[in-house]
Amino acid sequence: MFKVKVYTTLKAGVLDPQGSAVTNSLHHLGYEGVEDVRIGKVMTLTINSTEDKIEGLVKEMCEKLLANPVIEDYRYEIEEVVAQ
Amino acid sequence: MRFAVIVFPGSNCDLDMYHAVKDELGAEVEYVWHDETSLEGFDGVLLPGGFSYGDYLRTGAIARFSPIMKAVVEAAEAGKPVLGVCNGFQILLEAGLLPGAMRRNQNLKFICRPVTLVVENNETLFSNGYQNGEEITVPVAHGEGNYYCDEATLAQLKENNQIVFTYKDNINGSVDSIAGITNEAGNVLGMMPHPERAVDSLLGSADGLTLFKSILTHWRERHAITS
Repeated sequence: MFKVKVYTTLKAGVLDPQGSAVTNSLHHLGYEGVEDVRIGKVMTLTINSTEDKIEGLVKEMCEKLLANPVIEDYRYEIEEVVAQ
Repeated sequence: MRFAVIVFPGSNCDLDMYHAVKDELGAEVEYVWHDETSLEGFDGVLLPGGFSYGDYLRTGAIARFSPIMKAVVEAAEAGKPVLGVCNGFQILLEAGLLPGAMRRNQNLKFICRPVTLVVENNETLFSNGYQNGEEITVPVAHGEGNYYCDEATLAQLKENNQIVFTYKDNINGSVDSIAGITNEAGNVLGMMPHPERAVDSLLGSADGLTLFKSILTHWRERHAITS
């Protein structure tokens, strides 16, 4: 059993309107040092698979569905866990 | 001419689309549930607006894998007219039938009002009833209509005349004020504004009806049917 964390973020250069709004809000709170905020997603997946297949499987899922390669980058962390 | 209106869980402009085609255009139309796998017998495909699958993950990302989408891709490849409006446009982008992607509107607001569009290309099967440069009034209703594509894609869109409609005032931050584009072959159109909500002057505008008439005109010319 594997616990997988997938992170998706907008590619550098793609305007992030939510990030801009949060940057402004932080400035209003006095955090003038904040230069940029980028907002992304974290997905936690629990997957039944084997050591040799898991990474290829996660990559495939990211490319097909979890991320949109036109505007998003993705990265993942894979951790093997003992089934409960 | 017989149209299919694809209905996804969360579609909410399917009735308007059906009404526009049946009552205002006077063509045949049927609802097709997303679980179906065939579009045999249909001459045109309409993907309506709404919030398919709750817009979970990304707009259109889950609907794009509905069973019916294989048949939609086949219809597109066969050269049949495929129109995606609003969420329908987002689904066509996720499905790769059109290039680019949608971001949140630049001002983060859900924009719901009539807007002025400029017709950029009247040589498509969707726009032959308009004049180039004509300004038309069609409502928008979206939170994620901020069209994005990279510079190479934009250059291609321009070179192939794939940009059909632009916003007169860029309401949502879209690249080059893009409101609607076709695929390279010209038989798949995606647009954020809702032509199906502008089919009668009682609704504030009948400018959208011209789009549906254009599709029918093209189909009749191709099949040499006179009405």
